[in-house]
Amino acid sequence: MRLINKKPGPALSVFLAALPFVLMFVAYAVASYYRLLENPSDKLLPAPATVLETAQRLFTEGDRRSGRILLWHDTASSLRRLAIGVGLSALFGLVFGLLIGLIPLARNTLAGFVAVISMIPPLALLPILFIVFGLGELSKVVLIVVGILPFLIRDLSGRTLEIPREQIVKAETLGASTWVIVLRVGLPQLLPRLIQAIRLSLGPAWLFLIAAEAIASDQGLGYRIFLVRRYLAMDVILTYVIWITFLAFVIDWMLKTLSRKAFPWAEAGL
Amino acid sequence: MKKRHFLKTAILASTILASTAAPVIAQEKTEFRVAWSIYVGWMPWGYLEDSGIMDKWADKYGIDVEIVQINDYVESINQYTAGAFDGVSATNMDTLSIPSGGGVDTTALIVGDFSNGNDAVILKGEGDLASLAGAPVNLVELSVSHYLLARALDSAGLSEADLDGVINTSDADMIAAYATDDVQAVVTWNPLVSAIMEEPGANKLFDSSDIPGEIIDLMVVNTETLAANPDFGKAMVGAWYEVMGLMAAGDEEVLTAMAEASGTDLDGYKAQLASTQMFYDPAEAVSFTQGADLPETMTNVAAFLLDKGILGEGAPSPDFVGVEYPDGSVTGDPNNVTFRYDTTYMQMAADGAL
Repeated sequence: MRLINKKPGPALSVFLAALPFVLMFVAYAVASYYRLLENPSDKLLPAPATVLETAQRLFTEGDRRSGRILLWHDTASSLRRLAIGVGLSALFGLVFGLLIGLIPLARNTLAGFVAVISMIPPLALLPILFIVFGLGELSKVVLIVVGILPFLIRDLSGRTLEIPREQIVKAETLGASTWVIVLRVGLPQLLPRLIQAIRLSLGPAWLFLIAAEAIASDQGLGYRIFLVRRYLAMDVILTYVIWITFLAFVIDWMLKTLSRKAFPWAEAGL
Repeated sequence: MKKRHFLKTAILASTILASTAAPVIAQEKTEFRVAWSIYVGWMPWGYLEDSGIMDKWADKYGIDVEIVQINDYVESINQYTAGAFDGVSATNMDTLSIPSGGGVDTTALIVGDFSNGNDAVILKGEGDLASLAGAPVNLVELSVSHYLLARALDSAGLSEADLDGVINTSDADMIAAYATDDVQAVVTWNPLVSAIMEEPGANKLFDSSDIPGEIIDLMVVNTETLAANPDFGKAMVGAWYEVMGLMAAGDEEVLTAMAEASGTDLDGYKAQLASTQMFYDPAEAVSFTQGADLPETMTNVAAFLLDKGILGEGAPSPDFVGVEYPDGSVTGDPNNVTFRYDTTYMQMAADGAL
């Protein structure tokens, strides 16, 4: 039988899916074991049990100075920044996507501009953002918006342009105004694509969030990672990295579920 | 059958990974690598490599020493701690918290200088230390800047809780940060201090000359590597004090090279040197290291590190790490000595025995 026709059974499927994770864990555990054998205080590759203990402490115990549980505070402030940044980008992305896709006057004005703006590496703008928007919350949110908005606009305007011309002509024949066409023809077809685009831009959004927090902050997930890096607290860093991965995974899953529930007809496109 | 094969591969792969990740085991060797980063008192390391003086001394002892510049100071210490380098330029505080706190037995081979004004607390506008109360302060958290702030607040009867918090700000962005309206006060080091002091209204409240001898700049090396390779120590110290001699004599060519490497000009570099207590003469470094103040400074630093939670989880008390001094006395845990001040090699330089 050809290899391309071999399909794993249910048990093998689970085994194969788990395999890379197990291999990664075993490789880490063995490497950590040998390093700790050499130097029991080694901080570079803490034993899995140490990481687990640290995680437990980070999730439940208050800080020595303030008594607050820092991990939850960090999570709350990072998620707030992320939500505002991604939310604003989604809103503007949708509006400009529809405008550029449906209104030729807007397309001629904005399409070229957005294409050029989207080429600017957002991290290169950081010093300018700091000077213009200060070091507070605003500049962190703006960095996320600057980072993902051009992508969203380009993706959504492209999708709008793909709407069959026939649909628009039909709507016009039925007497729809421009406004109605935007709302009743463009918007519903764009919403599932918007969720899809947000899912794809969440990775960069996290990247920009953490970059902003690393540079000037007093709380947040990225802030904590870059702070404890100063004394090689790999147990804390690993806990935070796993936590961020988990959060990102959950957000992605929630968006996928939302999309499936809200737009079952668009399933093929997801 | 298949499963066992996978398992074998996994174990093999991870063993290979482990062996590459294992720290360098001390043994006699002939090739050494040390890392340094830009700071007024460490510029000689760059000059040593570029001028060939390091090679000259390494050849004398039949070894090879490579001096590598790392742009990120903390990263250079982390790399040393991970075993990628045999030595690194670091302050006494960061040596205690990162390699020594991480169980890497480390020896201060060269005590190069102490900061005597290079680190400063700067307020925007009029006021004194008391006016920091209720204000946010931007600094590189957990660094010597943080330590300086703690000492400054102490001297004014304040504590960090009286501030509107400290905001971790990368040293790379400190000058841009100072220009924004959100920032009221910063703590940083040279050459940033001199750049910020040029801004109108910048008001220096406190600097390291108020706590002389507490922020010490070192070249630290792995203790086991040094013990197995005394020639490494001799070559490093010999080369270092040859350049110190040139600097003490005011060799403009040497100083200009260092100034340019640190991104300033001769006058700018001389101004920074003026707020640095360089030990040009090895005998001065030896007597400073043997001085009675050093154990007290290290105890203060350890208490500060514990207070900020920097010594890590395995550190139940500030005495967790033992620090040994040239006379053999120890502060902290005598069973966990991982930071040693050793004047043997500097003494050889002072005696002209290298």
